[in-house]
Amino acid sequence: MSHPEIGQRLASIKHVVLVLSGKGGVGKSSCTVQLALSLANQGRKVGVLDIDLCGPSIPRMLGLEGRQIHQATAGWVPVFADSGKQLACMSIGFLLPNKNTSVVWRGPKKNAMIKQFLADVYWGDLDYLLIDTPPGTSDEHLAVVEYLQEWNPDGAVIVTTPQAVALADVKKEINFCTKVGLPLLGLIENMSGFVCPHCAECTNVFSTGGGEGLAKHMDIPFLGRAPIDPNLVMLLEQEDKTVVPNVNNPDAEKIVTGSIVETYQHCELSKIFATITATLEAGLGKTK
Amino acid sequence: MSSIPADANEHCPGPESAGAGKAAGCEGCPNQQICSTQASGPDPDLPLITQRLDQTHHKLLILSGKGGVGKSTFTAQLAFALSQTHEVGVVDIDVCGPSLPKIMGVEREDVHRSSNGWTPVFVSDSLSLMSIGFMLPDEDAAVIWRGPKKNGIIKQFLRDVDWPPLDFMLFDTPPGTSDEHLSVVQLLRDSGITGAVILTTPQEVALQDVRKEIDFCRKARVPIMGLVENMSGFVCPGCRHESAIFPPTTGGAQALCDELDIPLLGRIPLDPLIGRA
Repeated sequence: MSHPEIGQRLASIKHVVLVLSGKGGVGKSSCTVQLALSLANQGRKVGVLDIDLCGPSIPRMLGLEGRQIHQATAGWVPVFADSGKQLACMSIGFLLPNKNTSVVWRGPKKNAMIKQFLADVYWGDLDYLLIDTPPGTSDEHLAVVEYLQEWNPDGAVIVTTPQAVALADVKKEINFCTKVGLPLLGLIENMSGFVCPHCAECTNVFSTGGGEGLAKHMDIPFLGRAPIDPNLVMLLEQEDKTVVPNVNNPDAEKIVTGSIVETYQHCELSKIFATITATLEAGLGKTK
Repeated sequence: MSSIPADANEHCPGPESAGAGKAAGCEGCPNQQICSTQASGPDPDLPLITQRLDQTHHKLLILSGKGGVGKSTFTAQLAFALSQTHEVGVVDIDVCGPSLPKIMGVEREDVHRSSNGWTPVFVSDSLSLMSIGFMLPDEDAAVIWRGPKKNGIIKQFLRDVDWPPLDFMLFDTPPGTSDEHLSVVQLLRDSGITGAVILTTPQEVALQDVRKEIDFCRKARVPIMGLVENMSGFVCPGCRHESAIFPPTTGGAQALCDELDIPLLGRIPLDPLIGRA
């Protein structure tokens, strides 16, 4: 079934990348946000579409909680995370009356919402549209792949944590991508180690190496390993995104920046994600 | 049996009627959203399920809303602990990501059929488990099902499994507030749910999803037994200092419990050995 209205929206978007996992709680949303911040820092125009209808995390992470969506003649206007309008966001989080409200929908209603997000949002010209997904291989994933298929999305980035119980779900997600013909752009091994702020010993809280092993085994590009960084966790949690977090030294003088894009550059993980996005872009350059 | 909720509108057609959620009288009703998305008409399998489970004393849902907080790990730990002195059955209704067979060390087992139905897998003499994980052709096979098919298998777990008489039946659920959650609540409507235990980690991004899950429980009238805060602090094996990997920036589970008047059942720290086990 054709959806020309979706095609019209996607015509001005250079790359569409889904961020998938299969397993919950591995850091899909935080990786989507970091990819977006990293790309925006390099001057790209990025849109983040949050299709996790039951647990929309992106607004809080980008500091956009409580913001409203406006309707223009061209469609729904996404919410911008920075004054320069490099980073736009759309999520059901902006449509709920308050943060306690649950979205208790079965498949068909979720599909309809996802279709609206793809057909009715006025993204304008974007270099990247990153789509954050819920865990699993179900209605939302089938819907988004079905609606995008006609317009050849670039593919999916898979996020996992290193331990076996996560890898089991991620293998299923990789199989899902293969079954529906979604190219696999790469795999990120997240939460790979925690460096104790007191003694600098690295403990592999969720084991290590599993993601890299899986990528090799399934012949997917390995994009990189990201350890747990308390400053990143704090950045995603805190309401004021212009203050640089310094969890190990809370009494130190605070650094204030102009936007979340700048603040993120002060986190150690921004260096790792700069490499991840460089590898991702190089891979995309080869296929398009 | 008509089950018009106490807070329904005056001219409620009943949640089972064909016009549930869609009739004129439904506008503005707090239950409208749930009614309009469920199948209508009484389910002939409900009495069968009620019969299967009439020797099960307590049914507990382990919920979260947020993924990756440790629902399956906690369900397994709770099941092991309870099975020391009670008969326990565990139902893994996470159809897309069934973790329990791996966590409980019974990954390669098969489900057998007898004239009484499906036999659950026995982890120990007093602990049995049913999961779709036992029915997949190989462990990498994806379960790409839409809602109705997922509902079907959950119904089978309740209607067709030959459970022994149980003191506790624990339900491990996937993250979210969707088909699986709606189905299990509807299917156990006559049989009765004792309550829900809600898992969270301390940080706000998890608590946000948990608020929604609590809202779901209240909408679906599932009693909330309490909250458990998991991954609550990490003690470095090197220097023994405690760090908060998932910081409770908004007060953690305690603050949420105080705000919403729910018991905090306990806090569990992060233990790297569990990840390796």
